[in-house]
Amino acid sequence: MNHAAIRSQFPLLNCLQEEDYPLCYLDNAATAQKPAMVLQAMDAFYRQQNANVHRGSYQLSAAATAAVEASRDKLQRFINAEQRQEVIFTHGTTESLNMLAYGLEPQLQAGDLILVDSAAHHANIVPWQQLALRTGAQVVPIPLDEELRLDDAACKLLLAKRPKIVALSHVSNVLGTVNNITALCQRIRAAGAISVVDGAQAVAHLPVDVQALGCDFYAFSGHKMYGPTGVGILWGKLAQLEQLTPMLTGGEMIKTVSFSGSTFGALPHRLEAGTPPIAEIIGLAAAVDFLTQFVDANSRQHEQRLLQQLRDGLLAMPAVELYAAHADNLGAIAFNIRGEHHHDVGALLDQQGIAIRCGHHCAMPLMSLMALNGCCRASLGIYNNEQDVARFLAALQQTIALLTEEI
Amino acid sequence: MPLPAEQFLEFDQQGTPLLQDAATKVAHAKQWQDKYRLLMQLGKLLPVIDDAAKTEDALVDGCESAAWLFHFPLGDLHLFLADSDARIVKGLIVLLLAATNGKTTNEILAFDANAYFAELGLAGQLSPSRSNGLYALAAQIQRCAQ
Repeated sequence: MNHAAIRSQFPLLNCLQEEDYPLCYLDNAATAQKPAMVLQAMDAFYRQQNANVHRGSYQLSAAATAAVEASRDKLQRFINAEQRQEVIFTHGTTESLNMLAYGLEPQLQAGDLILVDSAAHHANIVPWQQLALRTGAQVVPIPLDEELRLDDAACKLLLAKRPKIVALSHVSNVLGTVNNITALCQRIRAAGAISVVDGAQAVAHLPVDVQALGCDFYAFSGHKMYGPTGVGILWGKLAQLEQLTPMLTGGEMIKTVSFSGSTFGALPHRLEAGTPPIAEIIGLAAAVDFLTQFVDANSRQHEQRLLQQLRDGLLAMPAVELYAAHADNLGAIAFNIRGEHHHDVGALLDQQGIAIRCGHHCAMPLMSLMALNGCCRASLGIYNNEQDVARFLAALQQTIALLTEEI
Repeated sequence: MPLPAEQFLEFDQQGTPLLQDAATKVAHAKQWQDKYRLLMQLGKLLPVIDDAAKTEDALVDGCESAAWLFHFPLGDLHLFLADSDARIVKGLIVLLLAATNGKTTNEILAFDANAYFAELGLAGQLSPSRSNGLYALAAQIQRCAQ
């Protein structure tokens, strides 16, 4: 399939105009645009199939239930989970990680260590801090090396202290750096710890096989993989999931309820209290179809070429300071204009129709490690093309010119 | 450390005509480049504020770039000073102060920031979702005046 045919499936990219400039969307790490097939699947659900799931005694509800469960099967195949009950529908990565930090509480004691990737998103830091506050456990950041990758030697030393939980990002949301999850998880397992991986920035950019990665838990969001907002996945090894205390109770997840006590049902529903985001789950399945159909070695190479084009273009600008722009990064590139505030850069790019993110990117500890108040981040999606990158680079030149004028 | 009263008074006396002139210039700038050039120059109209005064209390919530607002009531009038670490935000603050500094409580409460920025051709800048925090700053100015 040629690239223009992929891009044409995203209605928003073909209609939005910002002043005199067409939209150049390079904020895919925040959220991706949605292909028509995702929109159509959700629209069709509400028009033809809307009913609550898992409880109806009528055909419409049975059809909605079947559609939700078919989505689960699709997600199971997408991440190569061993069993379908291992795929838990949540509202997104943040909820998945909060559910985990809550659910693991009985397995923790005062003094236990929780290791957290220094480059983690706040959603993979704060829930562990809260868990530590409740249990007396201790959160210790895993340092980064000079290349802003996880520091291998420090990681080894920390693992020797027998931590209980190790929380990692698969791909950094700020820098686009990739952790070698397979190798790390082997060592985490050998140290007897539970491994938790935030895959929010990975799923749209590389094939994820949870069995091959060898982690205990993997969390991701629908909206960063061309699916809807409000839906995400918590995957875990069945034995691990079974030990989790449900954070939310009531509704779908119970087996029996009386005022003397209640019992909980089986997985996956035990961890899916309340009415799930049904239309979003169906939209997510359509996003998986989209990824399965259109993301292949070719489209990945295309994305890597664009990232290379971005990196080369930025490297050629003396005013630009690039951060951890390694050749094996995925999806995103972080930079600042020397001596200029990232917000000024973002505002001037916005005037030219360029959408990028400027700020702390929900990674304040990483910003403080880098001694920055914030930075700019351009991030790619499957629909971006050479013109997007060229327009961004030209707009950035114009921005630098405006910022450095004698005034 | 609170800002000295003289700094508010001096800014009010010397700054006010300059600020209003600046707002007119911004309103008349046709091209976005000219508007933003002006915005970046405007920040220079604000006096340098001692870092020691930039406390948590003065920090305005809701700005991803740091912005500080200082209030000095003078009879029924309200004097303001502000600062930000981003140049464009600083320029936008100057425009806000052009409309609110040295005004009475009633005038400030009646101030319609949306209409004002629309007139200046900067309608998109004042929205709660904007990370420039202008919306939070405008709200904070009105809270101070109450």
